[in-house]
Amino acid sequence: MFRYILHKLALIVPTIFGISLAAFAFVRLLPGDPILAMAGERGVSPERYAELLERFGYNRPIWVQYFDYISNVLHGDFGISLATKRPVLGEFLALFPATLELATVAMLLAILIGIPAGIFAAVKRGSWFDQLTMGAALTGYSMPIFWWGLLLIIFFSGTLGWTPVSGRIGLQYFFPSHTGFMLIDSLLSGKKGAFSSAVSHLILPSIVLATIPLAVIARQTRSAMLEVLGEDYVRTARAKGLAPRRVIGMHAFRNALIPVVTTIGLQVGTLMAGAILTETIFSWPGIGKWMIDSIGKRDYVVVQSGLLMIALIVMAVNLVVDLLYAVINPRIRVQ
Amino acid sequence: MIKKLTFAAALAAATVLGGAANAKTLVYCSEASPAGFDPSPWSGGNDFDASSRTIYSRLVEFEHGKTSIMPGLAESWTVSDDGLEYTFKLRPGVKFQTTDYFTPSRDLNADDVIFSFERQWKKDSPWFDYLPGTGWEYFTGMGFPDLLKEIVKVDDLTVKFVLKTPEVAFLPDLGMDFASIVSKEYADQLEKAGNLQQFTQKPVGTGPFQFVDYQVDAVIRYAAWDGYFGGRQKIDDLIFAITPDPAVRAQKLKAGECNIMSYPAPADIAGLQADENLKVDEQEGLNIGYMAYNTTQPPFDKAEVRKALNMAVNKQAIIDAVYQGAGQAAVNPIPPTMWGYNTEIKDDPYDPDAAKKMLDEAGVKDLSMKIWAMPVSRPYNPNAQRVAEMIQADYAKVGVKAEIVSYEWTEYRTRGKANDRDGAFQLGWTGDNGDPDNFLFLLGCEAIGQSNYAIWCNKDFEDLLQKGKKTTDQAERTKIYEEAQVIFKREAPWLTIAHSKVFMPMTKNVSGFEMDPLGIHRFDGVDIAE
Repeated sequence: MFRYILHKLALIVPTIFGISLAAFAFVRLLPGDPILAMAGERGVSPERYAELLERFGYNRPIWVQYFDYISNVLHGDFGISLATKRPVLGEFLALFPATLELATVAMLLAILIGIPAGIFAAVKRGSWFDQLTMGAALTGYSMPIFWWGLLLIIFFSGTLGWTPVSGRIGLQYFFPSHTGFMLIDSLLSGKKGAFSSAVSHLILPSIVLATIPLAVIARQTRSAMLEVLGEDYVRTARAKGLAPRRVIGMHAFRNALIPVVTTIGLQVGTLMAGAILTETIFSWPGIGKWMIDSIGKRDYVVVQSGLLMIALIVMAVNLVVDLLYAVINPRIRVQ
Repeated sequence: MIKKLTFAAALAAATVLGGAANAKTLVYCSEASPAGFDPSPWSGGNDFDASSRTIYSRLVEFEHGKTSIMPGLAESWTVSDDGLEYTFKLRPGVKFQTTDYFTPSRDLNADDVIFSFERQWKKDSPWFDYLPGTGWEYFTGMGFPDLLKEIVKVDDLTVKFVLKTPEVAFLPDLGMDFASIVSKEYADQLEKAGNLQQFTQKPVGTGPFQFVDYQVDAVIRYAAWDGYFGGRQKIDDLIFAITPDPAVRAQKLKAGECNIMSYPAPADIAGLQADENLKVDEQEGLNIGYMAYNTTQPPFDKAEVRKALNMAVNKQAIIDAVYQGAGQAAVNPIPPTMWGYNTEIKDDPYDPDAAKKMLDEAGVKDLSMKIWAMPVSRPYNPNAQRVAEMIQADYAKVGVKAEIVSYEWTEYRTRGKANDRDGAFQLGWTGDNGDPDNFLFLLGCEAIGQSNYAIWCNKDFEDLLQKGKKTTDQAERTKIYEEAQVIFKREAPWLTIAHSKVFMPMTKNVSGFEMDPLGIHRFDGVDIAE
């Protein structure tokens, strides 16, 4: 097991290096100029432009810029945002808890609904439930997030008045943030109604963000279960007279779990991409909105460092998933 | 329509109605996060709304809802006969805000005024580059580094600006956001502590509201400043709820989660107007959307060709389809709400047959050209791609083949400035200070390579522009600018497309909010009925 973990960790180093290079190159391949974007619509004189180019070092050879960047990152310095002039790491740490909170709730929603729905659809293959679930999953998977979010706001917040339109908590609640997680901070604040306000603000964005992962997880669970349910050992278990619940839960589901866990791991990347749109619609102050704003402003520093930090998180999640394989299926440890 | 109110909506309503027991709270749904709270380094309207207009004051102020100048921190001023010296008498007893991070030991004085400008001007000031790479875009863009000779402290409450050349728009310039007055004492304190960055994160000013808290990308909180020299505000708390999507802002307003919203989407306006709990103020925008020909490239170097192309475009159809009626066809390069506008000038009529004939007479046959479409939406042109498509269709009717091109926003403007640019270039302008020169300079010879996208340099027009800058009498300047507009219309370097209307939806219990022609959102003097 230890060798397995070591092997996985060793693979991370070249991946990080590759990602840092890709993130660095990606933002520079986009058309646009960071100095002009920073100067705003009034423009900047050619002299000042040259001065700023020098100041930020963008007139140096690209490989010098890259090695400078990497050396700073290795020293824990992710740079200063061109747009806000604040340290990128500080901005990331201030905004990340909001994204993490939303993504966690969305993922829990996707797993808690997606897996049972997939199992039930597989067991009752061809039934109206199966067809309805898979039809809904296909619709959810194909739905444009922006449109879906707006539709929910108009219906649930506008017409029915059941949920707040956007934000993380009612504006009447003003308390210091200890953890950055609104659910925890609202509980710690001790203010009456704060926690329920935070929960009500989470409902629509987490539904929107969970939609695609939920659809994918449900479909994957169904197809993995169908495959396993046709196996000989399941037939044997049934022939032994085991209760159907036990056959499905212990024999079939455990073996169907590997592809499902893989899918869940991969959905973390999808969640990060979905967060960009979800956070914009729901005015959710997280890193998705931060990244998209920074790309628009050609804020090289934020984009390259932000992408790197997000990639590190996705890699960490994938590492956990890899370790989970080993827990679920001992044969993997040996391989 | 009866709406079902549930716990969440009730919470929202409670917020709007005051939140804490007796405090009057106004919630403004703003469109973007501010880059910082120092009023001078940034150039976005959302930055100004969040900093200069709430927290700070200036020597002179624009009258509420107008572009005329009134005393601000300066209670009076004199201008020397040669127009080179402006001496300001400061209002005595003006207090800087007391916060939990700064307690002022003195009132505002001339040192604060001098510091406010010199930090943007003198490169040896530690504050010049305290935000790495700050260009002080407005200070430089308004020509202050070349205009100012010196700023002299005459006494504690008297300060004199000495200019290198006369500049008639100098007073309105001082009413602009970048000219907000900051506290030198606070700056000194931060410099001593080695924490210069705090200056833009935790601001201190003399304005109507003081800063309380900013949750990045989410909420800005202000409280009425008790010591404000203009009197304490009627509302106690002001909250900016940052909501980037206009459709979501509209939903928040309808649901009672905010009281005022900025920049509604044209498609939402009818729905907001129909809501019985809301009112929608509207005003002609101090702006222009235009399309600049490259007057250095044939056949666009001929005025008759440019005029013929202008006559081929059905502007009213563009106003109806793109501006959805929220605009008016532009005749001159300055909006009709501005002084100096020439009402005598008639627009070129929409007449494709005459346009075709004029092109034939000019020897233009089988013309192929490019139409540049901005990749972004702006109040003066909400959808440049659609405008380009409509112009393309109109041109086809007179035998001109047009191809639409677009680039990333900074790339678009950089390429548009090239002397050999191929085709007609869409852009626009929103006024900064209510002076006609602030629009007409876009067509000046000096602006070629910067903001003159027509690359048009007409000697008669330029002479008038320069004369206007040196004339102090407004009636005389009006005549000068009226004449300049005649030349502009005759030479047609631009297709003047539209002046858009600006809308400001708010709940009916809000009073005292005045729309500002300069696009500023000000909350001093605003009240909310409980």
